[in-house]
Amino acid sequence: MAEMRREWIVNAVLAMALLIVPLVALWINEPFYVTLATRVAILALAGVGLNLALGLGGMVSFGHAAYFGLGGYVAGIMAHHAFTGLPMWIGVTGSNQMLWIWLWAALLSGFLALIIGALSLRTSGIFFIMITLAFAQMIFYFTLSWPAYGGEDGLPIFVRNQFPGLNTMRPWDMFILSYGVLMLALVFFAMLRAARFGAALMAIRQNPDRAAAVGISPFGVKLAAFVLSGMITGLAGAMMADLTRFVSPAMIAWQMSGELIVIIILGGVGRLFGPVAGAAILVAFEVIFGGITEHWQFFLGLILLGVVLFARGGLIGLLAGRARHG
Amino acid sequence: MAEPVLDLRGVSKSFGALRATDNVSLTLKPGEIHALIGPNGAGKSTLMALISGKLPPDSGSIHFRGQDISRLSVAQRARLGLGRSFQISSLIPEYSARRNVMLALQARQGHPYRFLWPVMRDRGLMDPAREVLRRVGLEGRASVPSAELSHGERRLLEIAVALALEPRAFLLDEPMAGMGTDGARRLTAFLDKLRAEAPILLVEHDMDAVFALADRVSVLAGGRIIAAGPVAEIRANAEVRRAYLGEEEGA
Ligand SMILES: Nc1ncnc2c1ncn2[C@@H]1O[C@H](COP(=O)(O)OP(=O)(O)O)[C@@H](O)[C@H]1O
Ligand SMILES: [Mg+2]
Repeated sequence: MAEMRREWIVNAVLAMALLIVPLVALWINEPFYVTLATRVAILALAGVGLNLALGLGGMVSFGHAAYFGLGGYVAGIMAHHAFTGLPMWIGVTGSNQMLWIWLWAALLSGFLALIIGALSLRTSGIFFIMITLAFAQMIFYFTLSWPAYGGEDGLPIFVRNQFPGLNTMRPWDMFILSYGVLMLALVFFAMLRAARFGAALMAIRQNPDRAAAVGISPFGVKLAAFVLSGMITGLAGAMMADLTRFVSPAMIAWQMSGELIVIIILGGVGRLFGPVAGAAILVAFEVIFGGITEHWQFFLGLILLGVVLFARGGLIGLLAGRARHG
Repeated sequence: MAEPVLDLRGVSKSFGALRATDNVSLTLKPGEIHALIGPNGAGKSTLMALISGKLPPDSGSIHFRGQDISRLSVAQRARLGLGRSFQISSLIPEYSARRNVMLALQARQGHPYRFLWPVMRDRGLMDPAREVLRRVGLEGRASVPSAELSHGERRLLEIAVALALEPRAFLLDEPMAGMGTDGARRLTAFLDKLRAEAPILLVEHDMDAVFALADRVSVLAGGRIIAAGPVAEIRANAEVRRAYLGEEEGA
């Protein structure tokens, strides 16, 4: 119980910090840090998606960049058509409304996750890792060679898509929007984890034979979680495209899938605020060591090794102790 | 004679050249405890795996409450009312005793896709879980993660999880294993009453328990049933086979 309370305090501090840093940056007129905090929020959102599959369900997907990139391309392509006025498909036009774009990003990512999950969830361990990677690589090479939307050059978004009541071109507005969506996703994650669905999912991760013996079919529950996971990560991809105003195959590259896993491991696998802590560490590393050496990923790798060897619960585990399930 | 709840007809299973289950036919009738005994490696656990659905049979069929379940998955058979315990405790290690029982209850109630309502505030799970834990004497250990329970407590939790399913038949694979004489005696008394709720197919090494509990006994060796009948008959038979029965003591 004490550990539960401690985790809530750690979570609250993280949530406050992510809000206060860009506020201060705005105050001292450093919009770069507002954008950086936005980047943390959106990467954390993508991580919340992966945390659902990997943290709760034990599905080590090494291909979540596929959903991240698909979400990004949905945003890019819809904005592109809204900008040029050319119809996308017969009768369907583009849009520059984020809510509409997010809906499609989530739906299509969920559909992709349904197909990939249905084909890969019968496997486990290293086979599952390799199959999810292979699917993501297929999509990566497809976007690379598909000239209609920029191919390897990527596709710019000239003006950020719009959200009612906000001026998304202003850094603070874009931040608070991303922060709000992240917080909603965290609430959803927490509720899901505490509900019967989460109970079944976490049980399957720990002991699939026992889950089956009480009548819970592991496949169906895992597939449902995998689809939800892909939807959230896809939504994050659409938001990232708007933040950087650019989508390219790099969003689908295996390095991106790796970064998402790194975020989860650094923050704490299965922990509610793990993705927030992990994304903050990753972006901080990028900024601090990225300026000193181009081999900053090497140092990140060292930290990762340290976490895996000495602090399996990640930063949240270090600060709040072991997870308890009551 | 009442219709059998569980009915195995000529079931066989091989691992490569090894016939682990060889043309086994047996029944489990309402209200009875049917004990399955035999030396280590006789194929008792394999037979349990065939019945529960973990392994597919090579030939033969398994009928449960009049339905051929030979091709159903483990989860489907569990939902039809087969409640099993594992020879080696197989629980959800991070979950408390209470949550292990609640998992079985939620599966039995059939709503695995309830996404948002927290289980810890679900009276439909918490109340029956408390009752089930009380029945096996684990109410004082409800919040302890199952990985931190003692061996004997884990064995009881295995039983509690099976109870929570309110099954139409129990498959218990060596429930007494490592329980100590005291624990074994108490569990024997408990199972004695349990048969009124649902019949029990009991794999057990503890011969005192088997002879105290069983209505019928089947003796398995080399994957085949070499003797079957009422307890008295097998006990008499066992005298003849002292050497054979003796070799699996303490295994
Ligand atoms: N999955 C398996 N693969 C190969 N051989 C197995 C497997 N499971 C059991 N066996 C073999 O089948 C025989 C019966 O094993 P088991 O059913 O565990 O016996 P018991 O429970 O009566 O001790 C043993 O010889 C065992 O080695
Ligand atoms: Mg055995």
